[in-house]
Amino acid sequence: MMILRTLDRGPLHGYAIAKHIHDWSKGDLEVEDGSLYPALNRMLLKGWLKAEWGVTENNRKARFYRLTVAGKKQLETESTAFNKMVRSIQLVMRTS
Amino acid sequence: MFWRHFLHRDRMDREWRDEMESHIQILTDSFLAQGMTPLAARSAARKQAGNLTARREEIYRMNGIQWLDSISGDVRYALRGLRKQPSFTAVAVLTLALGIGANTAVFSVVNSVLLKPLSFPHAGELVDLGLVAPGAGGLIGSRGLRLSTSMYFTYAEQNRSFQSMGVWTSRAVTVTGLGEPEQVFARLVSDGLLQTLAVLPEIGRPLTATDQVTGANGTVLLSDGYWQRRFGGDRSVIGRKILIDAIPREIVGVMPAGFRIADTAADLILPLQLDRREATLSGFYLESIARLKQGVSIARANADIARLLPIWVRSWGSAPGGPAGDGGLAEKLFLSSWRIAPNIRPLRESVVGNVRSALWVVMGTLAMVMLIACANVANLLLVRVDGRQSELALRAALGADWTRIVRQLLVESLLLGAAGGVLGLGIAYGGLRLLVRNGPSNLPRLSEIGLDSHALAFSAIVSLVSSLFFGLLPVLRYARPGVSLTVRDSGRTMSHSRDRHRTRSTLVVVQVSLALVLLISAGLMIRTFQAMRGVRPGFERPDSLQTFRVVVPQPLVPKDEDATRIEQAIVSKVASLPGVTSVGFASALPMDDAPPNWDGILKEGQSYSQGNRPPMRLYVNVSPGLFGSLGTRLMAGRDFAWADMYAGRHFVMVSENLARELWGSAEVAVGKRVRAGDADVWREIAGVVEDVRYTGAQEAAPAIVYWPVFWQLHYAPVTIAARSVAFTVRTERAGTGALLNEIRQAVWSVNGALAVANPETMRETVGRSMARTSFTLVMLAIAGAMALLLGLVGIYGVIAYAVSQRTREIGIRLALGARPADVRQMFVRYGLRLCAMGITIGLGAAAALTHVMKSLLFGVAPMDPVTFAAVPLTLLVATLAASYLPARRVSAVDPVQCMKAE
Repeated sequence: MMILRTLDRGPLHGYAIAKHIHDWSKGDLEVEDGSLYPALNRMLLKGWLKAEWGVTENNRKARFYRLTVAGKKQLETESTAFNKMVRSIQLVMRTS
Repeated sequence: MFWRHFLHRDRMDREWRDEMESHIQILTDSFLAQGMTPLAARSAARKQAGNLTARREEIYRMNGIQWLDSISGDVRYALRGLRKQPSFTAVAVLTLALGIGANTAVFSVVNSVLLKPLSFPHAGELVDLGLVAPGAGGLIGSRGLRLSTSMYFTYAEQNRSFQSMGVWTSRAVTVTGLGEPEQVFARLVSDGLLQTLAVLPEIGRPLTATDQVTGANGTVLLSDGYWQRRFGGDRSVIGRKILIDAIPREIVGVMPAGFRIADTAADLILPLQLDRREATLSGFYLESIARLKQGVSIARANADIARLLPIWVRSWGSAPGGPAGDGGLAEKLFLSSWRIAPNIRPLRESVVGNVRSALWVVMGTLAMVMLIACANVANLLLVRVDGRQSELALRAALGADWTRIVRQLLVESLLLGAAGGVLGLGIAYGGLRLLVRNGPSNLPRLSEIGLDSHALAFSAIVSLVSSLFFGLLPVLRYARPGVSLTVRDSGRTMSHSRDRHRTRSTLVVVQVSLALVLLISAGLMIRTFQAMRGVRPGFERPDSLQTFRVVVPQPLVPKDEDATRIEQAIVSKVASLPGVTSVGFASALPMDDAPPNWDGILKEGQSYSQGNRPPMRLYVNVSPGLFGSLGTRLMAGRDFAWADMYAGRHFVMVSENLARELWGSAEVAVGKRVRAGDADVWREIAGVVEDVRYTGAQEAAPAIVYWPVFWQLHYAPVTIAARSVAFTVRTERAGTGALLNEIRQAVWSVNGALAVANPETMRETVGRSMARTSFTLVMLAIAGAMALLLGLVGIYGVIAYAVSQRTREIGIRLALGARPADVRQMFVRYGLRLCAMGITIGLGAAAALTHVMKSLLFGVAPMDPVTFAAVPLTLLVATLAASYLPARRVSAVDPVQCMKAE
């Protein structure tokens, strides 16, 4: 979901996605950059993403990932589901 | 999506590699920007990226299909293994290819002949309206009783079961007016026949009811073949007139290519023009085809016809316009005495006829050959797996699951099966081409035989099933869960496990017994063939006997006596040709498949009460001199004479068996008198000739009454000539083109409008009548030879293997003082023991199975002692050789070397 969210604002390449997630979590999520790729592949298989080769601002060759319509829809359902879950957890925490 | 990923995954893998590489580059860039040294930046980047190779593998697997991947690995591995042992692979694949090829070929034949529907629209609804008459004696052949004209009218008008029906018959006709006169084969069809078959002419119009009216203008339909041959496919032939039997007929249409009513193609289709006024009760010469109404079963149609038969017998007379039912006599004769009953069969069945049993026998034998082939390959695989035991053990020790090993072994045998199947298809294709070109011409639907999707599916299934069969044997032996595999390289322990050997020995025993069954079947067919060749057919030296048929049509020569005089003139013209010793002619020649004519004969001095009708005899019209040219011996009396015939003196001749039956001996019969009916004149027996196997070499000689070729009818005081006659020419030049040309010239010099038809030597006629036997014989002989070869290879293999496995034992034996000959004998005895066991089982099976072949045998009992003794003996001798060859290697064993190797 986090990957989809990063791509919501526009196409990004792998490194940028990793960096975004890194920055967002302020280093709390210590994951290897590499583990990003199997996740990306899975989403490519499901048709949520499209990948195109392009050039980065530093003139490096990289693949840019873009959300497809199916990907956007998936992001929506996932965030609603997530929000619902968070709300219900909050509800539980508050009432107890 | 998924498949695209799978198919392009190598390219995709490269992309991921590039992407990960660039990821590291970018990371390195950013670390460099933080002021790191290039080296440190690079390693820091690698550290943060983690194990990228592992990630790539993960992605690669994600894009793959697990089982497909590992299977393709197995296939590659198996291919490599098979390539490494080319001789094993070649033998296994060839064995399978032969087996599968032979089976596919025969299956194609069975499929095309027995299983595939005929090529008419909704062919399943078409039936043959044959009858049976169990009380009519020899009148009916294997095909049953045909319909009479009156039956056709009754059926067609009163049936409740058919959408439509029609009858047909065949005749040779002479076409003139198109260059040389030519005799061609014509089908005469009644109204309704072509409608029933639901086939329309390619061009022109079909025959209609008006064409069928007696006396209507002559019309004719051409076959596609005749149209192409005589008119070059010219579409303007419609409306042209041709002379058929000297009658002008207008061409109204051309039938589509490949159209045939029964099995053989005809050149012309003529309207039958049946006349109600001429219809009589008897005259059962019409073939019939009907199309069942929707939902009407054959049983219901039979019941319908059974209802019509009494109506028929009471509505018509014995003579044209005679009293209906013949005063009740007809009912007594046809229904009580002959017991005529409907026997409706699917049209396909009546077309296929009696080859069914022969084909199934051949199919069964080839299935046995396939079993033997499988047993052989299984044996080879056992040897191979045996050699690979330590490899398998190692794999198991390294953690390979037993299912994995099983799969590996099965993949290997499936590959062998697939290769054998592909090669087998090639063999089947070649074999079928050969068969269609040289096959027995009387095999029905021969032209339809070919490889089709059914045959392809069949060979695929055979390959698959047989691979599983021979593949599972080694698997069960070695790769079952719980079978302990030994890693030790070919254990030093001397005694070769008996258990392991038992499987292989059992296979050999099975092979030998199957081979024995096949060889005995082939042996019985050879004996049948011998018996058929051995019988005296009633004529001599068929190789030097040329035959041909001539028809003298009524419109061309209206007077009957003139027709006979023309035929006599042909005899004298042909007899004067160089090299010709004698000439004769007859309405039908032995074994020539001409429609037979049967009737009873009454002996003078014997009273025949009603219902006690005399049995049926074959009627043949023969010319003076026919028996001389055939070489048929005159047993008593004299031959016919031309003068007697023209003078109207009434003579007949009879066959020896008939003379014996009626008067006790040939000599007594001469001079006695007979007649064919109560209204007939008495006819004196001029002579008695030896029995002739008119109906085929494998059938007993029928009782025959020989009539002159110009004679007074037995039911009317009319003297007629035999107008369609077959000539026999005794000459050493028989079968040569030069002789045929001279014969043609001789016939034309008598009358330019006569055609010479069906020229063949008597040898060819006899060959045709034996075609079914020789076909079965050849097929069984091939199957038997294959079985023998495979069985011997099996024995050879087992002995050779035993010798190689027991080298140490042999060495010890030799060192302890055994003579090589003794050791050799030990192995030969082993081979013979296996063979003897196989023979014992095989003899039992053969005794049970050969009864199935009874209908194919002639002059040989199914338990023929000669065959049952000779075949096992041959097999034993062959086994002796097959086990002696490998046993000879014993001499090559050097005991010292053997002991040292320990």
